Amino acid sequence: MKVAVIGIGTTEFGENWDKNLRQLAIEAGTKAIIDAGIRGRDLDAIYLGNMSAGRFVGQEHVAALVSGELGLSIPALRIEGACASGGLALRQGIFSILSGQHDIVLVGGAEKMTDLMTDGVTSSLMGAADQEWEAYYGVTFPSLYAMIARRHMFEFGTTREQMAKVAVKNHHNGFLNPIAQFKKEITIEDVLKSPMVADPLTLFDCSPITDGAATLILCKEEWAKKYTDDPIYIIGSGQASDTLALHDRKSLTTLDATVKAAKEAYKQSGITTKGVDVVEVHDCFTIAEIVATEDLGFCKKGEGGKLLDEGLTEIGGKIPVNTSGGLKAVGHPVGASGIKQAVEIVLQLRGKADKRQVKDAEIGLTHNVGGSGGTAVVHIFSR
Amino acid sequence: MGHESSVPLFWRLIKPRYQLIGTKCKTCGNLFYPPKYLCPVCRKEGKLEEIKLKKSGKILTFSIVRSAPSGFEKETPYPVAIIELDDGPKLTSQIVDYKPEDLKIGRKVEACFRRIYTDGKEGIINYGLKFRPV
Amino acid sequence: MIGIVGYGGYIPRFRIKVEEIAAVWGSNANSIKKGLDVEEKSVPSIDEDTATISVEAALNALKMAGIDPKEIGAIYIGSESHPYAVKPTSTIVGEAIGCSTEYTSADTEFACKAGTAGIQMVMGLIQGDYIKFGLAIGADTAQSKPGDALEYTAAAGGAAFIIGKNGIIAEIEGTYSCSSDTPDFWRRDTIEYPSHGGRFTGIPAYFKHTVSATQGMMNKLGFKPNDFDFVVFHMPNGKFPKRAAKMLGFDFKKLEPGFVVQKIGNTYSGSSLLGLAAILDIAKPGQRILITSYGSGAGSDSFSIKVTDLIEEKRKNANKVQDYIDNREYVTYAHYTRLRRGI
Repeated sequence: MKVAVIGIGTTEFGENWDKNLRQLAIEAGTKAIIDAGIRGRDLDAIYLGNMSAGRFVGQEHVAALVSGELGLSIPALRIEGACASGGLALRQGIFSILSGQHDIVLVGGAEKMTDLMTDGVTSSLMGAADQEWEAYYGVTFPSLYAMIARRHMFEFGTTREQMAKVAVKNHHNGFLNPIAQFKKEITIEDVLKSPMVADPLTLFDCSPITDGAATLILCKEEWAKKYTDDPIYIIGSGQASDTLALHDRKSLTTLDATVKAAKEAYKQSGITTKGVDVVEVHDCFTIAEIVATEDLGFCKKGEGGKLLDEGLTEIGGKIPVNTSGGLKAVGHPVGASGIKQAVEIVLQLRGKADKRQVKDAEIGLTHNVGGSGGTAVVHIFSR
Repeated sequence: MGHESSVPLFWRLIKPRYQLIGTKCKTCGNLFYPPKYLCPVCRKEGKLEEIKLKKSGKILTFSIVRSAPSGFEKETPYPVAIIELDDGPKLTSQIVDYKPEDLKIGRKVEACFRRIYTDGKEGIINYGLKFRPV
Repeated sequence: MIGIVGYGGYIPRFRIKVEEIAAVWGSNANSIKKGLDVEEKSVPSIDEDTATISVEAALNALKMAGIDPKEIGAIYIGSESHPYAVKPTSTIVGEAIGCSTEYTSADTEFACKAGTAGIQMVMGLIQGDYIKFGLAIGADTAQSKPGDALEYTAAAGGAAFIIGKNGIIAEIEGTYSCSSDTPDFWRRDTIEYPSHGGRFTGIPAYFKHTVSATQGMMNKLGFKPNDFDFVVFHMPNGKFPKRAAKMLGFDFKKLEPGFVVQKIGNTYSGSSLLGLAAILDIAKPGQRILITSYGSGAGSDSFSIKVTDLIEEKRKNANKVQDYIDNREYVTYAHYTRLRRGI
């Protein structure tokens, strides 16, 4: 496959008190349209990733909202797969072009989370888990990932320090990223000493509650050079599902959906893990990055922690992970994260990632997960 | 909307939640709890029937919730765990009547009937099974 | 013959000491302990209530009885602290223990004798051959006004009794009750805590009914105190039952095995029934037990119970009341406040 990305745009990620959902979506959308050098009229369709506008701001039918605000009457679809909504929207946008149905599409992700109090957000996010058999008992997302962490520590000896290193690395990268919610460096001790949210995960092990939007403009390969000298191509896409509830999984330390989605993307693109230069993974919690690097094949199962000990996933390392700052430091407006990851990879491959630039980045990979692993979607990008 | 405050939603699951009644597929022999309505192994070839599971199990993993979802604020901190029942299926619930040293992988537990959630001053009370160390 | 086929108790594991409560109010713990003859009381967990306590007790009773819960034809639960003012605890418990839908049930209220009233109702249904087995439970998570004398004793716990004609481990030889309109202790609708008449709760209330019902029971069956190996009265504190025993001519030795109040407080509808369960845990075949409950408002139900040969084998299957008394963890007043006001 080969679909071109000709435009990117994001809002700042953070507590955007002054902006509501539609403003965030339109801001990111407009930036991407301008970056692509197209007019709004040129768009054939909109694919919007959004997890829970209904629970966060009482709004459903959000794709129609966005197309209306853009002044367009083109087909507009909202895609929902919990925190993978963005990545899934991207995949649908790609398919619409590969099918020949559309030539240029806008693929976006947006989420407005900070209008609710924390307990309301925590509850709403549990919509991504099993409402009747997990949420019913008072389980939260931090505690679900904490249970994965505890099992990972038990089976492989992963340590709290290794998990903390994920946060330290990503905060360092976020410090270099103008759109990040947290632009402050932290230490391992900061992470370990911060308040416990769900043992053993502390506040700094968890991605924050964030408002934000991100957008890509995709077009068919043949038209790419018409719009830009520097198109970046999506050359592989993979998606897989797994049981919704964590307790129904085959393993508590592997996200099978990630493994399967990655396999499909690698096969389709002809790229192997060795060929990947830069990666954006779904670090909703520090342990999630460790597990992701294993499940994506960058190291053996159980050795994800070692990658951090050896600094291999830093910007200058052998396999830079989350150069953007990840969900951890940039923030995690749920439906937007998957698109933001793609924006970062496009910036890296364009050579425009500024202080976060990975030298000679030619192949990039994004990894977006829904809930505790019920959905996973992987894309591979190339210059 | 916070927790499950719909009456029919709650009522529909009283039997499996109160009595640990799951389903068994007569075709492949697998046991499911929470109950499945279609055997995920056999799909259309599956034949499911109700089965009451033993209340004993062990902790596979656990955490302690300190930042509560709506409706559980008064109960933090409380431990949650994935428990493997002796009969095989795995489920998620809270741990009660524990000492700190009871919270460990492999600890034997048994189900007990407790309040799960109270819908404010006027709404219904949701009950269910939590697990205590034996 | 009609009698108890299985029984079971349950006491939540938290305890708070008299000293802990007294310190908060600047009272003298020793004189309170002496005056009430109580050391500590049970406190329910934040997720426990009369329904959950009843389920635990009933499951013990079922284990002991060895019957299929689907054979239970009636459930009566007596309490002053039903989770709902309108919506029966009995159906919640019936569902949780695996009953069929073919049973009659209701919740009862008569202060601390609501549970024994339930036993009498079940007895009637059994005697009339309307049902095969019936379940009667007395359970409470008693509330008390902070700083009031009752705070030292208002506790949580319950006991369940399965009555029937088959597989009897203790025969109910007879029952006798008395009732009168005596407003010694009450709680108006929507008011959070009960009120009481102070010393009026003694002679004109507790003692009058407890003693007349016990005497009436003994006269009816032609028994004297010597005919009984054990006796148990409702235990609002340690002093009242001891005095009632003395007034009726019962030796404290006969009272002692069921005298659970010192370590767990007053479990209200569960009180005399937990005492009965504690006695049944150690009684030998052929021994006879007298139990008289007391409910404010006021009335008493008295029963004469004779243990059969089946008891020793069957009671191995369930937890003993002493196990629950021994399984305890102490809480501070602050923690107690959180547990009691939380729901």
